[in-house]
Amino acid sequence: MTRILVVGAGPAGIRATETLVAGGLCPTVVDEGSRAGGQIYRRPPEGFTRPPGTLYGSEAGKARRLHDVFDGFVRDREIEYHPECSVLGLHDGVAQVLGPTGVISLRYDRLIIATGATDRLAPVPGWQMAGVYSLGATQIALKAQGVALGRRMVLAGSGPLLTLVAAQLIDAGAEVAAVLDTAPWRAQVRGGARMALARPLFTLRGLRMRARLGRLYKAGVTLVSIEGEGTGPQAINWRDARGRVQRTACDTVALGWHLRAETALADLAGASFEWSDTWAQWLPETDEAGRAADGLYLAGDGISLLGADGAEISGRLAACACLADLEYQIDMGAYARDLRGARRLRGFAKGVADAFPWPADMIRALPDAAILCRCEGVTAGELRATLPLSGPEANRAKSLSRVGMGRCQGRYCQLAGAEVMAAATGVRAAQMGRLRVQPPARPVPLAAFATRSDSPD
Amino acid sequence: MSGGAPSAGRVRRLAETDRAALVFGFDGAAYSGLDGDTVLTAVLAALPDLRAAEFGPERRAGFCLMGACQDCWLWQEDGPRLRACSTPLRAGMRLRSSPPDDWPGTLP
Repeated sequence: MTRILVVGAGPAGIRATETLVAGGLCPTVVDEGSRAGGQIYRRPPEGFTRPPGTLYGSEAGKARRLHDVFDGFVRDREIEYHPECSVLGLHDGVAQVLGPTGVISLRYDRLIIATGATDRLAPVPGWQMAGVYSLGATQIALKAQGVALGRRMVLAGSGPLLTLVAAQLIDAGAEVAAVLDTAPWRAQVRGGARMALARPLFTLRGLRMRARLGRLYKAGVTLVSIEGEGTGPQAINWRDARGRVQRTACDTVALGWHLRAETALADLAGASFEWSDTWAQWLPETDEAGRAADGLYLAGDGISLLGADGAEISGRLAACACLADLEYQIDMGAYARDLRGARRLRGFAKGVADAFPWPADMIRALPDAAILCRCEGVTAGELRATLPLSGPEANRAKSLSRVGMGRCQGRYCQLAGAEVMAAATGVRAAQMGRLRVQPPARPVPLAAFATRSDSPD
Repeated sequence: MSGGAPSAGRVRRLAETDRAALVFGFDGAAYSGLDGDTVLTAVLAALPDLRAAEFGPERRAGFCLMGACQDCWLWQEDGPRLRACSTPLRAGMRLRSSPPDDWPGTLP
């Protein structure tokens, strides 16, 4: 039987799986989580008791439906499911997969990649300290563990998640000292109008949530530095929209500027990429159903940052494309509806991108002493110093400076690094080139290969 | 139980506290976490951070909590290194912030 491998069991992977099962196939699903749902609909471990309404707010119904659909497939053995497994590499129709028992090889005929996104990070001087987290991390800690990652937190960055996480933390009883948005009001008004046009109710809900933050929320902020010592942050220094220097005491800072598509596996599988001015990052090229190459389909935030609802749609579209290519019948009416839905969400996403821009100027002005690569402590000045040798090319600059070579494999420094290099050399960030992705996509102990069987399953 | 009083920890528990206690070791001291905690949650409920940074003077306490940044790796007295944000706490774990003396050892 044709084996379809689905990587990721968030909203996109779950809907892709559902569509394949409905089409009569038995897909193989590999997911890093111990329970399906992805990050946005991440579930706490068994035995936790907060109801979906507490965990997911207005999206509780969507979360529950996705969990139920997937759990049903696992229970009824309609899919082959590998939880707690990371795909390390993809080559010649075989996936190398690291799981609890070591590395296994899975053969596949067609591949649907739905690996989602991470926070998009920009360095702030001092961000290497213990107690500085990604914005998503604070949400995961709250949802999956019921904890706040600090006693007095400042959330900073920009994007819909900033307001959402702040509201969720406050509702849960955490102390949030400030919510610092680098997006100026005029950008938010311009982008917000477009958001409201595409999704009025959704946008209104966001505005209501924002209003609840009251005076904690500041727009048009420039982040200056995180100050602290051995035990972590003690304060964050920032400039308000009028340029006045401010200082907010805290023991934890969470940073994030909307999302960065997680594209390592798409790259290893042979997708090609183009620079997106809208999202200020490299995104894989696909057709409108998610076809990226022969037998390769992409879905969810890993192709375009449309959010959870968009991920459900693009998961179905990718699976439909896969089924159609295998000459299975698909529901053309549902397919056309999903294409229309995706177009509407792209309009909304464009508004989000305009409202909450990437803080390019802030990054370009990073002092030489600021740590740019959080993994290996490489400073912005060290990266700038390599440019006379490397020229304005991301991979050469990486080899010489090690920015992008640490254990996060460039996930949290590539975009800021490109910005710093672009500013120093007078070219656009897009012209710096894209960091080549190398397997393994996750660190793997050598011992895990010792248990490997030679012939793929 | 020795070591960190609750106030010494970085994380604050806001919900789901009615779970069974699990005792584990970290750098030779005994601590107590809750059943369902990740290793990261349990250690940071008792202590302000996880480990020293390899490339700078600061400490580290995890960063992304979704397995992407690799900031939260901890060692064990015996057994492989683990990613604290995605590893469930088990009773009797003996964790370390630095490699054991016999590392890298031999392949099994």
